[in-house]
Amino acid sequence: MSDDALHTAPFRPAWQDRPWVRRLLAAAAVLVALVMLALPLTAVFVEALRRGLPVALEAITEPDTLAAVRLTLLVALITVPVNLVGGLAAAWCIAKFDFPGKRLLTTLIDLPFSVSPVIAGLVFVLIFGAQGWLGPWLQARDIQIIFALPGLVLATLFVTFPFVARTVLPLMQEQGRDEEEAAATLGAGGLQTFLMVTLPNVKWGLLAGVLLCNARAMGEFGAVSVVSGHIRGETNTMPLHVEILYNEYQFAGAFAVAALLALLGLVTLTAKTLLERLSGRNGGLV
Amino acid sequence: MSGSAAALGAAPGRAAPIRAIPGFRTSLGITLLWAASIVVIPLLALLLRPLELGPLGLWESLTEPRVLAALRLSFGAAFVAALLDLPLGLLLAWAIVRLRFPGRGMLDAALDLPFALPTAVAGIALTALTAPNGWLGAPLMAVFGLKVAFTEVGVVFALMFVGLPFIARTVEPVLRDMPLDAEEAAATLGASRAQTLWRVVLPALLPTLLTGFGLAFARAVGEYGSVIFIAGNLPMITEIAPLLIVIRLEQFDYAGAAAVGLAMLALSFVVLLAINMLQRRLRRGRR
Repeated sequence: MSDDALHTAPFRPAWQDRPWVRRLLAAAAVLVALVMLALPLTAVFVEALRRGLPVALEAITEPDTLAAVRLTLLVALITVPVNLVGGLAAAWCIAKFDFPGKRLLTTLIDLPFSVSPVIAGLVFVLIFGAQGWLGPWLQARDIQIIFALPGLVLATLFVTFPFVARTVLPLMQEQGRDEEEAAATLGAGGLQTFLMVTLPNVKWGLLAGVLLCNARAMGEFGAVSVVSGHIRGETNTMPLHVEILYNEYQFAGAFAVAALLALLGLVTLTAKTLLERLSGRNGGLV
Repeated sequence: MSGSAAALGAAPGRAAPIRAIPGFRTSLGITLLWAASIVVIPLLALLLRPLELGPLGLWESLTEPRVLAALRLSFGAAFVAALLDLPLGLLLAWAIVRLRFPGRGMLDAALDLPFALPTAVAGIALTALTAPNGWLGAPLMAVFGLKVAFTEVGVVFALMFVGLPFIARTVEPVLRDMPLDAEEAAATLGASRAQTLWRVVLPALLPTLLTGFGLAFARAVGEYGSVIFIAGNLPMITEIAPLLIVIRLEQFDYAGAAAVGLAMLALSFVVLLAINMLQRRLRRGRR
């Protein structure tokens, strides 16, 4: 049989498996992807449309849902710029300068990824909650942080903290320091060097980082769930609204709002794939 | 990973480095303010608040049967899920790098879906799939009598979904950069394909697989949104540790909630440290 294969089969390098093995592996990979990836995504849209498009649209345009959409957008609108500025500053000083504690800072930037989102919410309750460190002081002045917008913003800032820095840092490091040094020699100031030399070199990576940061900010559940207080129409973001509808057995509505969030994820994913093609880099989302 | 890259640029010697590029103080200032107010000070609260309980109170708070059961479930299910994800993630990475088939590009793009899908969305979708009347739940129940949603099996399934891309995406670039001559040489020396894969390819990928395992595990331990819908949340049985934090906060037991959070972080740290040491031994053994 092997003799026969030698004569008829095209040349196969030693590192390549037999055709039937390759076909089997490809089929297995497709099966895994279907069950683990495609099926959950399909389920969201099928469940959302189970009782018809009008029901789904009604759930999305209901006042409480619209309030949740507005709040989600507002939270993202505040958190993304903060982490954009902080992340860029961090990436720039790590990539372009030497200073003691640099490794520690680099580790610190990744830290929020390995902390449970619930803990991300918890830490702000410990500081600003009714029995938090600053709780009595805040209460005396009638300032509300937990169960209000500032709490949602803080918790979201924590979980989206690494995205921009992490996507931009490797690009800035790769690029080296020659161009910045040249700019400085020619008399450019810090901000000028940053805006005109460094930033254009990392623009696609930066855009990808901002997109990922935004997607996470809008989709975050655990962290905001701890600090939200779940007041309908007031402190409910979209993912929290999904939970409320689901727990009230309004499945069609819950999945309709979930479908909106899934679309956000899909758009982010597509944009990220396109950006990778543009910048010629490949890598995961985190 | 990024730490070692950063160290490359570190200046040797003690002399203050000459800074040719301006703007160091400003950018470091912004960075420190940003990192301190969002991450460092809040995490300090997590470190200090449990101390209010005193050593004995802390011990009692953490050895409550309900806490132990929740920690056991969170860490046990995360471990099992990451373990089951290893072959699946390796398969997907292999398919993307080594195979050519229709739909490969789609698979590559879809692999990041668990990263991109908000956890609450994943949570209700996986629950709908695995519920007794769901697309997966119904056949699994009919054929194997296996109940997935609202059991520990469901928790593991949700964590597998969350962890899968971590392993696949960690293995993928290493597999892509792996030189093919080692496999070629093994084949020339008379090794069968199975022997080559087992003795040459797998050992070379093992440290990377461990890294992916660590990432998937760390993420799974703290996972909340995709788990609470599918878990059913029965105290002592399907209640995960992050949910216990939420419950304690609702009872205004701040110190107790912080104690659970701190225990989770400490245990994760120990596991990741163990993985790191194992990795070092593997790397040394290969030289």
